[in-house]
Amino acid sequence: MEFFRIRKDIPFMRHALVFNVVSLITFILAVVFLSTKGLHFSIEFTGGTLMEISYPQAPDLEKLRTKLEGDGFTDTQVQNFGTSRDVLIRVPLAKDTVTAKIGERVMSSLAAAPDAATNAPQLKRIEFVGPQVGKELASDGALALLLVVIGIVVYLAIRFEWRFAVSAIIANLHDVVIILGFFAFFQWEFSLPVLAAVLAVLGYSVNESVVVFDRVRETFKKKRGLTTPEVLNHAITGTISRTIITHGCTQMMVTSMLIFGGAALHYFALALTIGICFGIYSSVLVASPLVMWLGVSREQFVQPKKERPAGMTDDGAVV
Amino acid sequence: MNRYPLWKNILVVIALVFGFVYTLPNFFGEVPAVQVSSVKATVKVDQQLMDRVADVLKTAGIADNGFFTDPNSVRVRFTDTDTQLKAKDAIEKALNPDPTDATYSVALNLLSASPAWLTSIHALPMYLGLDLRGGVHFLLQVDMKGAITKRLDATAADLRAMLREKDIRHAGIGREGMAIVIHFHDADTLAKARDAIIDTQPAAVVGRGAKALAAQPDLMITEGGEGNDLRLTIALSEAAQRRVQEMAVKQNTGTLHNRINELGVAEPVIQQQGIDRIVVELPGVQDTAKAKDILGRTATLELRMVDDENSANPSVMEAAAKGQPPVGDEYYVERGGRGLLVKKQVMLTGERLTDAQPGFDSQTHEPAVHLTLDSAGSRVFKDLTRDNVGKRMAILLVEKGKGEVVTAPVIRSEIGGGRVQISGRMTPQEAADVALLLRAGSLAAPMEIIEERTVGPSLGADNIKKGFDSTVGGFAAIAVFMMAYYLLFGLVSVLALSANMLFLIALLSLLQATLTLPGIAAIALALGMAIDSNVLINERIREELRGGSTPQAAITAGYERAWATILDSNVTTLIVGIALLIFGSGAVRGFAVVHCLGITTSIFSSVVLSRALVNFIYGRRKKLAALSIGQVWKPGITTK
Repeated sequence: MEFFRIRKDIPFMRHALVFNVVSLITFILAVVFLSTKGLHFSIEFTGGTLMEISYPQAPDLEKLRTKLEGDGFTDTQVQNFGTSRDVLIRVPLAKDTVTAKIGERVMSSLAAAPDAATNAPQLKRIEFVGPQVGKELASDGALALLLVVIGIVVYLAIRFEWRFAVSAIIANLHDVVIILGFFAFFQWEFSLPVLAAVLAVLGYSVNESVVVFDRVRETFKKKRGLTTPEVLNHAITGTISRTIITHGCTQMMVTSMLIFGGAALHYFALALTIGICFGIYSSVLVASPLVMWLGVSREQFVQPKKERPAGMTDDGAVV
Repeated sequence: MNRYPLWKNILVVIALVFGFVYTLPNFFGEVPAVQVSSVKATVKVDQQLMDRVADVLKTAGIADNGFFTDPNSVRVRFTDTDTQLKAKDAIEKALNPDPTDATYSVALNLLSASPAWLTSIHALPMYLGLDLRGGVHFLLQVDMKGAITKRLDATAADLRAMLREKDIRHAGIGREGMAIVIHFHDADTLAKARDAIIDTQPAAVVGRGAKALAAQPDLMITEGGEGNDLRLTIALSEAAQRRVQEMAVKQNTGTLHNRINELGVAEPVIQQQGIDRIVVELPGVQDTAKAKDILGRTATLELRMVDDENSANPSVMEAAAKGQPPVGDEYYVERGGRGLLVKKQVMLTGERLTDAQPGFDSQTHEPAVHLTLDSAGSRVFKDLTRDNVGKRMAILLVEKGKGEVVTAPVIRSEIGGGRVQISGRMTPQEAADVALLLRAGSLAAPMEIIEERTVGPSLGADNIKKGFDSTVGGFAAIAVFMMAYYLLFGLVSVLALSANMLFLIALLSLLQATLTLPGIAAIALALGMAIDSNVLINERIREELRGGSTPQAAITAGYERAWATILDSNVTTLIVGIALLIFGSGAVRGFAVVHCLGITTSIFSSVVLSRALVNFIYGRRKKLAALSIGQVWKPGITTK
């Protein structure tokens, strides 16, 4: 089997502007959604109490809400989770109450409902997060992102060239923003595993750009007489098969998580899916034009002395 | 030709054996066990307890399946739950003759069923996180400000007493915010007081380094005010603050340990997290209310006099042991096992104790425990010791209304100044234990629950299944695709990927990392990403073949050229993993650990191991016509 039977280098760079405009529009849309709708943070970030309760029969959510409101829990969110018999209750942080005890009070309130005798609630999971923790998580998350960005830029600048480092990080940060944009638009819950997924995607997409850049460097060294766009076209064409197959494989794993992983891994897998799809696009079709516009050229890689280290007999010009 | 040197092949084999052995314990599952741990702070778990439990089982005729000890508990494995229950009853009866006053907690538990030889080489199954096994998780924040103000209050009391003793007239002393302020009317007294403080305490004057006597001052003195309203402001130095905070967290952790042991929880986790937090994880516990109650309880220390007269009388003691102590006395058993009659009147409580440290007597060099009392306590203690020279006092730890004698020393002379030393017939270990007990009675600083998580056991089992299914499903899909697309090389890639999983699980088991649901997701993701290296290699080999290389040359070139790319791409991914490891906590940290390890193992398995396999298959064939790597399509027109 061979999926990719490419006769000539595909002229990706001819459409570079189109790719970048498409990307810019998605990026702007994502920023707009992020600023207007904002992210729907999980209680790990906001603080509060989250309870997962299962009932033998599907309860009437409206009744539960009125019951809880009657018992003094304002601003609670009551919604179904997974099946109609599982209920998720979120209680935000309140200033004057002993927050650590809210879970018990909610349970006793639910157990006192009129139909509790026939349809008894059973607590499956409870999470309480105090206000101190959430703030720290947000700042730690931001610091982690910063460290990743600096680390990747420095590494790529040392291994390749600053132009590669800058374009790789721009292309891939824009992936991150787009994932966040999706989460803002659909108001999906942004939890800690999602944050981990977003950062993992960042590393994964940079990985992708690295593979292309690696080939660009090689092509610059090996082939004389090609213009920069031609070199980029050649490098992308040469790696496209691997790019699609690798991403396809990773996506198979992620799809499996979407299917079997249940609610706990749902958003994690979703963030990865978006990240993988946009990762292919941005790391190949956005990073490469950026490198070109930043003015990468043959001279940056071909140092006359270093071109032929000892033992390397083949001359780079021959194909 | 494509052959590995012998050492490389041996390395691969060793790695595989290692991976297999350390992954093995995870497949054995768990068997029923009984866990015995001490409930009382004064009773330690040791070899003796283990022998005792073994004896009990032998006399009851119950066959065990292996003994295990750790500093907190003795655990015995059984073949089935029936024996487990029988054994629990037998041990319970033998160790706790009086059910109302239990010394040990005997709890049912599950232990890994892996054979002893695996356990002896430290091959243990992975530790499952709470989201996979169910239980309660608390994150407690220690109030550091509280710890420091407590210490400042004690120091202020000390200084007040010292100034009174030296007859230095100040115009008021007290704690204001995070510092002690002493007011004076004239500069002379202020200077005298300052010098007195420097003489008696490890203190230094800010801005006047020459006055610093102690190399590392605890107290920083600042002079201020003017006219006849002068003042000395005394704050704790940063080093001293840090020390106080460290002590506070350590002491609180110790206290929590003692309290949780009593719950009889199978494998509790009590760990310091960051500077001022303590994580408590209680697997299997569902009753958060009870757990919170126990975490929040306080024990008190009491100092009472021993009724020496009656304690020396054998007939009175006999009656007391049967529950009829003389009026005004209470019967206790000392740590050594001897009975003791202690007067009911409490002379001093633990609130007056500011510190207890193990150490050595400055003259005899005997192990000793050094106690520090605050000023009110010192005064009471001075009177008490003056009136009772030659008699014994008893220090009791009272928890849940029941007391225990920690130590009962003889008073040799009057002790003033609030610095008390208990010595005589103690080993350094005993001194350390007594000091810990004296401190552990109370919490050094208040604590607050800032995070709580309860996971039901059914949800835990559900999560394991979900994680497992996702990984297996994804792995199968990748395996089928790779083998269809790259044929034999695909098979090699899949074998390398399986080896990667083996190494990853072996490492996680060896490190005893906690496996959580995000951790399982990370394993799945690591596998999904690790296949990248093999795709890179296989594509490169195809490309070389397309370019007209001979099969053997194509293998060599394919692996060599792909290596630089694999390294670069993995390093960038590793940077992400490390950032998550540094800044992540809880779930994210579990993810990061697996992510980092997965990248490292994938480099080895996809490059070294898969090459070894390829070499094994093709390496020796001199006349190799084609590679089984799927169809290599050659374009009709070669492009330049």
